[in-house]
Amino acid sequence: MAKVKSLSDLNKMREELQSKMNLREKGEHPDSIVQIKVSMATCGIASGAKEIMDYMINELDNRAIDAVITQTGCMGYCYAEPTIEVTLPDNKPIVFGYVDTKKAQEIIEVYIQTGKLVDGIIPVNYETVNNE
Amino acid sequence: MVKYKKQIRIALRNCGFINPENVDEYIVREGYAALGNALTNMTPEEVIDVIKNSGLRGRGGGGFPTGLKWELTRKVDADQKYVVCNADEGDPGAFMDRSILEGDPHTVLEAMAINGYCTGASKGLIYIRAEYPLAIKRLKIAIDQAREYGLLGEDIFGTNFSFDVELRYGAGAFVCGEETALIHSMEGLRGEPTVKPPFPSESGYKGMPTNVNNVETYANIPVILLKGADWFSSIGTEKSKGTKVFALAGKVNNVGLIEVPMGTTLREVIFDIGGGIKDGKKFKAVQTGGPSGGCLTENHLDISIDYDNLIASGSMMGSGGMIVMDEDDCMVSMAKFYLDFTVEESCGKCSPCRIGNKRLYEMLDTITQGKGTLEDLSKLRNLANVVKDTSLCGLGQTSPNPVLSTMDNFLDEYMAHVKDGKCPSGQCKALMSYIINADACVGCTLCARVCPVDAISGEKKMAHLIDDDACIKCGACMDKCKFGAIFIQ
Repeated sequence: MAKVKSLSDLNKMREELQSKMNLREKGEHPDSIVQIKVSMATCGIASGAKEIMDYMINELDNRAIDAVITQTGCMGYCYAEPTIEVTLPDNKPIVFGYVDTKKAQEIIEVYIQTGKLVDGIIPVNYETVNNE
Repeated sequence: MVKYKKQIRIALRNCGFINPENVDEYIVREGYAALGNALTNMTPEEVIDVIKNSGLRGRGGGGFPTGLKWELTRKVDADQKYVVCNADEGDPGAFMDRSILEGDPHTVLEAMAINGYCTGASKGLIYIRAEYPLAIKRLKIAIDQAREYGLLGEDIFGTNFSFDVELRYGAGAFVCGEETALIHSMEGLRGEPTVKPPFPSESGYKGMPTNVNNVETYANIPVILLKGADWFSSIGTEKSKGTKVFALAGKVNNVGLIEVPMGTTLREVIFDIGGGIKDGKKFKAVQTGGPSGGCLTENHLDISIDYDNLIASGSMMGSGGMIVMDEDDCMVSMAKFYLDFTVEESCGKCSPCRIGNKRLYEMLDTITQGKGTLEDLSKLRNLANVVKDTSLCGLGQTSPNPVLSTMDNFLDEYMAHVKDGKCPSGQCKALMSYIINADACVGCTLCARVCPVDAISGEKKMAHLIDDDACIKCGACMDKCKFGAIFIQ
């Protein structure tokens, strides 16, 4: 990987990464890629986030659903771990809490495949500096 | 939706959004731009001025102005200086720093490099407890990736500034969160504090000037540089700027990691964000500042949270643990719990802390056994003040706080234990009696069979009786009774 040798290098790199990520997320099938983030801090993993992540990877694969699944750190909803954030194409991200494999299956079958909301949505209760 | 937007995430801005094991995602969210800009377009003095003007104060608990700390380290002349990140988070129930390190490790690396540029240090050390294996793993990945991109190492951003970061592991001793003890521990010595001055900014790691900041403090730095001091100081109260991350725990519905602007009230945190007390019970107290802090009561719910207000109310900001208690919690037991913790964690160097805390613990234990006297109460307060006044470091100087603040706010509970031999919340086992209501008891013998110490006697189909002296108050009989005939008094 190229080294960052100046501030303009960094800015260029950020733009490239941004467009690369846009491409990865929307590129081949602009309307069909689902993004899923699994909250995987120590606490999330302890309450079973790893199993959920594995389960979702397998399930989405079995059903041939195009999805990008990544891990993130703590989302802050400790009371509702494991938590996952699902972003359907052209939709706002939605956070689901108390996700076990049954719930994960429901999320895939109902929300991801038909777009209908299911129970267990955690309202986002903060602002971030990036989206002000 | 009441709780919407009570929170602003600055330190936690990337937690839960990016993959912490991929530097690219951090860069996309303006990562390392603050470092790049500082190195390319600003002098170290200018950077320090921004931090000073932002009003940022140390988030580890002390609340020392961060910019001033940086300036002090900068002013000392030395061949080698060090930047240290204090990731020795030890308060019971606190996990703010762990979450930042696990969710956004690069922000800490970036801020440490900025600090190195300001203070003239080329080496950074993160002191992290070995109990945080995932945070360590993600930090290692982050350091490797940053080195690969040339964001750590030689000639960063094409300037002649060089900086690298290494990890140092702590064994999880609470006292090592104190900066002098932390430095001794990193040097391979016993983790014991020494008298300040000299402050680490003059003589720290290996006798060299060392800037020690907490994880959360660092996590604020890149944003402040990107958005400016004015933006940051527009958030918060007059003397406490920005936001504070709290680990909200205990008897609230929505336990979790939250970040609120300074000046938010405790009521907003507990009832709006925390969703109120579990099972509709009544709020009793909230402990802030961990074992060094104090408990605040209903009367304090409307004070706005900042460093000075919390101290004025008899508690402190601390690193951000916030434990909520309801009507079922006994305040004497709570004080005893924290004392137990400090007795365990005292390094033993100075006698007020080593012996004094032990004696305080014993007195509290006597009181919870129902054997305390009024004289014990005055001794307790007296000794607590002595320990507070004469201990060497912050641990001992603050360890009696839970005792003093519960005595100030809940003296009636202490009195009930001592005078009436009763624990009003029914938590102190020695003061409870399990009693069988003879009218409701049908004599099924289930309780007698389940009792592990054979304290229950009675003929079949006749009312049973519990021998209070033999009873160990395990509650097994009450769980088993199908007729609700057993109650606690």
